[in-house]
Formats: sequence, C-alpha cells, structure tokens
Amino acid sequence: MDTLTRVPTQQQAAREPRHVALSGWGRTAPSVSEVDPVTTDARIAERVRDAGPRGVLARGLGRSYGDAAQNGGGVVLDMTRRRAVLSVDPTTGVVEAEAGVSIDQLIRELLPHGWFVPVTPGTRQVTVGGAIASDVHGKNHHTHGSFGHHVEALTLLTADGSVRRLGPDDPLFWATVGGMGLTGVILRAAIKMTRVETSTVLVDTWRCPDLDSVLAEMADDDRYDYSVAWIDSLARGASLGRSVLTRGRFATVDELPAGRRDQPLAFSSRTLVTAPPIVPGGLLNRWSVAAFNEVWYRKAPKRRQGEPQSVGTFFHPLDGVAEWNRIYGPRGLLQYQVLVPLDASDIIREVAETFSSNGLSSFLSVLKKMGPGNPGHLSFPRPGWTLALDVPAGDPAVGRLLDRLDESVIAAGGRSYFAKDARMRPETAHAMYPRLAEWNGVRGDVDPDGVFMSDLARRLQL
Amino acid sequence: MKDANNLPQRVVLVGGTSAIALATVHRWLDRRADLEVVLAARPSPARAAAADALRHAGARVTEADLDLAGADTAREQLGAVFAGGDDIDVVLVAAGVLGDQEAAWQDVDVALLLGQVNYTGAVLAGVLAAQRLRGQGHGALVLLSSVAGERVRRSNFAYGASKAGADAFYLGLAEAVRDYGVQVMVVRPGFVRTPMTHGLSEAPLAQDPSQVAAAIIDGLAAHQRIVWSPAAMRWVMSALRHVPYPVFRRLPI
Ligand SMILES: Cc1cc2nc3c(=O)[nH]c(=O)nc-3n(C[C@H](O)[C@H](O)[C@H](O)COP(=O)(O)OP(=O)(O)OC[C@H]3O[C@@H](n4cnc5c(N)ncnc54)[C@H](O)[C@@H]3O)c2cc1C
Repeated sequence: MDTLTRVPTQQQAAREPRHVALSGWGRTAPSVSEVDPVTTDARIAERVRDAGPRGVLARGLGRSYGDAAQNGGGVVLDMTRRRAVLSVDPTTGVVEAEAGVSIDQLIRELLPHGWFVPVTPGTRQVTVGGAIASDVHGKNHHTHGSFGHHVEALTLLTADGSVRRLGPDDPLFWATVGGMGLTGVILRAAIKMTRVETSTVLVDTWRCPDLDSVLAEMADDDRYDYSVAWIDSLARGASLGRSVLTRGRFATVDELPAGRRDQPLAFSSRTLVTAPPIVPGGLLNRWSVAAFNEVWYRKAPKRRQGEPQSVGTFFHPLDGVAEWNRIYGPRGLLQYQVLVPLDASDIIREVAETFSSNGLSSFLSVLKKMGPGNPGHLSFPRPGWTLALDVPAGDPAVGRLLDRLDESVIAAGGRSYFAKDARMRPETAHAMYPRLAEWNGVRGDVDPDGVFMSDLARRLQL
Repeated sequence: MKDANNLPQRVVLVGGTSAIALATVHRWLDRRADLEVVLAARPSPARAAAADALRHAGARVTEADLDLAGADTAREQLGAVFAGGDDIDVVLVAAGVLGDQEAAWQDVDVALLLGQVNYTGAVLAGVLAAQRLRGQGHGALVLLSSVAGERVRRSNFAYGASKAGADAFYLGLAEAVRDYGVQVMVVRPGFVRTPMTHGLSEAPLAQDPSQVAAAIIDGLAAHQRIVWSPAAMRWVMSALRHVPYPVFRRLPI
C-alpha cells in the first residue's frame, strides 16, 4: 500500500502534490491523501484557506506509530522541506528552527558547537514540528521535562491562514504543545538548547533481576540527567520485569579518555544497515524474541559505572538499523505505551504480566520514571511510570488484551500516548485525557470549522 | 477509521438481513463490542430482529430502508446511506435473491428481478460506495458473490449469471480505485446454510455463515482480491471450469 501513485517524473514528484498512501511507523491502517511538499508560508496559508471537506494536516517525518500524521481523503502538508536553522544565539543557546528541521540535523549542526537538544526521543528522525505536536519526552524527563518545556516561542499558522507568534503565557501555545497538529501548522520555533562540553555520555549500567528491583533502583534517578530501563517482556515468574537500567550524564572534557580529548564534541549519525524491504510475517515470534532478549540481558554487566558512550549508542540505539519497522512484516507493529501514577506500579506489573504470560513478543520494552508534567492540555507526560512495548499488529487477541489493560490504566488515573496509539477506543481516549473538552474550547476558538483534521482525530473523536 | 488490528468502527450492510453479513458483524463485535452498523434493507421483522441482536451484542445500529428492486428508488436510498456520518470502514454488499430458478428462465419478471437485485443493485451500491470511500482515502468494499457465477450450470444459471456480472464488475472496480486507498474484495462462497438456501439439498463442502464471515475478515486483513470459502472451493472450481461440457452436464451439482 505504501507505494507512490501517479508519479510522472522523479523531479515533478518531488515538488508537486500527489496522492500517496501514508501510514505511521507501525505501517498499519494506511490512508490516501494529497501530499503537498510545501516550502513557503504563503503556500501553506493558501492550502489551509482552500482546504476541502476533509481538511488539512501537517506531517513531519512520520515517526508516530499510528495514524496521527495521516489525513485520509484530505490534504497533508509535508513539512520536511522546510529545514532551515534560521538563527542561533551563541550565548543563550536559543535556536530558531523551521518545523521541518529534524532532531538529527540539530544535533549534527549544533553539537560540534557545544549545544545538545534539550530533549530527544528514542530516534533522531523526528522533526521539531512533530516533537512539539506530540510534546515528546526523552530519558531526561524526570529532570528536564518534555520538549514543550524548552520551546520559548512558536509560530503557528491557524485555520484562517493568519500567522501568530505564541509564547508559554498563551493558552493556544499549550493547546499546540501536545496538540497533535490539530490547532494549526507550526512554522518555526525557538528552542533552548542544552550546553555540553563533550558528545560523550558516562553511563552506569545496573542489571536488575525483577520488576521490584528495577523500580527500587530508580528511586535515586535524580542523581542522573538521563535514565531508562530496558525490560525483557518475556521473562516470567520470579524474573518478571527483569531489566537493564542505564543512566548517565554528559562527560566533561576532563573525564574523557585521553584519546578523545582533542575532539570532545565529535558526532557521527550514520546508519549501519538497512532492514530488507520485504520481510515475511512471523519472523518475530516469541522464540526468536525470547532468544534475543536472553542474550541481551546476559551480555549486560551486573554493574558497571562510568562507561563512556556516544550520543548515538546511548540515545538512539535503534537508529543504527534504518527501517527496522519492516522486520514486523506486512501486518506491521503497534506500540503500547502507558503511563500510570507513581503509586500505581501494580498496573505496570499487570501490563508486564499480561505480555509475558500471553507470550506477546515485544523486543526490548522500555520503562521510565517520569517527572512533572506541563500545562499542555493533551501533553502525555505526568509524574509516574511509563512502559512502552512493541507488538506485531493485526492480532485480535492482542487487541482484546490491550482493551482490558486500558481499563486498569484508566482506573488508576493513567493514560496512553497519542503519538504511539493505533488502537484505542474513543471512550478510552476521552477518559484518559480529562482536559480534552478544555482543549477543544481553545481549538474551537481558532478553528471553529475543524479545518485541521487527522485520522487519529477521526478515530478517537478528538 | 479502522485500527491497527483491522477492527472497523463503522460498517454498512447493503442487504442488512444477509446471514453472512450479520455473522461477519457479530464476529467483529466478539473482538470488540464497539461498532456502528448501518443495516440497509427492506423494512421487515427480519431486519428489526437483526438490529436487536446487534444492539444486544454492543453495536450502535441504524436501520435504513433499501429496496434494490427499483433502480431509481434504490439509487436515492443508497445515496442517503453513503452521505454524511462518520467514516465508513467496510461496506458489505450482501443483497441477493435466489428465486425460483425454473421460473427465472421462463418468466420475464422473475428473470429481470434477479438481474435487478443481484447485478444492477450490486453495481449501484458499488459505484456509490466506491465514491464515498475514495473521498475518505480509505475503506473496504466487499461483494458477496458466489461460486455459482464461476461456471454457470443448468440448475441455477440465472442466479449464477447475475452473480458473475457483479463479480466481474467488482474485480474491475478494485483496480480502478486501488490508488485511492480503497480495497475491493470479492467473496465466493460455496454452499452456505442460510435462510436463502433453506430447503435446498446441501452441496459438498457446505458451510455455516460464520465460516464465510471468518474468511471475509481474514481476507480483508490479508488484502486479498478474491476470497474463496471454504478455501478448497478455489481448487474445486478451478477443476470444474476445465471439465469438458458433456461431462460437466452430467455432474451431480
Ligand atoms: C523508534 C522510535 C522511538 C521513539 N521514541 C520516542 C520517545 O522516546 N519519546 C517520545 O516522546 N516519542 C518517541 N517516539 C515517537 C515520536 O517521537 C513522535 O511520534 C514524534 O511526534 C514524531 O515526529 P515526526 O516529525 O515524525 O512527526 P509525525 O509522526 O510526522 O507527526 C506527529 C504529529 O505531529 C504533527 N506535526 C508534525 N509536524 C507538524 C507541524 N509542523 N505543525 C503542526 N503539527 C505537526 C502531526 O500532525 C502529527 O499529529 C518514537 C518513535 C520511534 C519511531
């Protein structure tokens, strides 16, 4: 399905709008829309003003897992051609970047000057626009909050085609941070970068034999800027939730191994391999994944301190394999990411138990302790535990299990992440995001006719 | 919008009392008791009963009047079914009449009715549904065809011919709309034990509607063009297609 259609020539294809089947990173439930590789503000305003009955939506690098960046039958503005870093303030580290600039590009251009992105998700291949619209979080959420905390201002093009500059004192700013592209098109943003002396992270690794021990270890997360645990979702019984906890902070120049001191800020962003384009389904099964998880757990050191790791190795290990989502075969994958309050870790156990006892083969699942949230109406992060697991899509039995888990999550006051979701029910989403009505009020003021629309919004009745 | 596990949110049944179509919807409801169903059919106690059963299983049901016997009325009624409302994920075109096969080649009215409902009705629904789904950029259109159209035979050629026409139209339609995100699938069941076939003697490989329903749902997930139910029917029909006519004529089918 994800083939391009009606492509006259390579060159034209790059510049002209065309009908394309789009899906998210999970490669499930595609829809066809008119994709316009917009370049100028004027063109974007025109497309928004002339939006047809199916509306319009901005899309970044399509790294959300589900249907957040799709708008079937409507217009999708491909923002990735707008990738200029417009200005950098060398004293404050505030960068004005176009929405199509990727986290990868920001790191490549600015890390050599001693500035690192304030927040990075598990992949560098996301745009600034996508990072704001999903209000993404990284391994430093407990200390530095989500991406929206570091946006000093953003420029938004709204439904009437007008352009406004918004700061954190404006409700529309917080409706847009985490607003999944449904308040308008983010054109540019001012982001405050983080000062670093080196591009090396000093990492402490703890191997934790079960869930209780990893939860307990994370009690002193605040000693580290960055922290995340990789969970073996297939481990059962006494080993349920066994994990490898990795935590770290950027090294100072003095702390670098001697060989690296003359180039302390070196950074390389290569991918090592690309997954083959066509993979039969079923390659990933509980046995292959169990074997993988076993090896990976065993090879981790019981305890290791101060290991120097590169930015790529520490933050984006999956970026080493381009298009790894294809190994899930034609039916695609889905990611189940939930967050529950700190006192509801029993729900994390319930999720882990459900996955392991049903043999749901999630490669490397991620557990993280989150810090305070922000005023974003739909922003996902809150203080609590978040657990993210990948599973093959298309299995109705899995669907039923996840529906049941959703109920436990809701009962505990928790939620799922829109940027990952491809399967929630509308009622579930509404229960998880109690500020949805308030957000819709702000959205309705600037977009009374619902010009901005996505498949996610249709599916979940946002 | 369907979800990552291929669960639809809103489906339209053209021929809303079809046992196979209803079995398909119940199967979806078993997976998640959350579905909006539009039952387009002639008003009847059977439609009301089907609606009740679906509601009982957790669906939100709308009943819409549809009589495919008259093209003008049907066109208007189908237009209303496909206008507005939330996105439609699946349209199941399941309306069909079997009729008295001996009357169907001797009585003009009976013959025309078969063509009207099974062929013209299916074409009408196909064109209007495809238009709607194309506008959405996603959705599936499923025709309940029949193995009877694969090679017509003496005992039910009037029915078979009308199904063959619709089957061919949908296969072509599938190609026409595939670039617009619309999936068209033709289902060719063998003998199914339904009210429509009640009283007929069972053919080999006879099955229940729930078996066809399972094949439909699997076929949609696997993006198939043609679904045979049971799967072995494909090979049976492929053999039958090539049997010399003098032999075919004498087969007890
Ligand atoms: C391997 C992997 C690891 C990940 N790890 C994490 C993680 O650790 N933490 C985390 O928070 N997320 C994570 N994600 C999710 C990802 O960060 C988010 O989905 C992010 O939004 C993707 O950015 P994108 O540019 O690809 O946006 P898209 O997926 O293209 O779009 C996402 C949303 O942003 C909107 N949008 C995009 N650009 C604009 C714009 N210019 N104006 C307005 N709206 C816009 C879209 O409409 C859509 O609603 C991960 C994803 C992958 C594939």
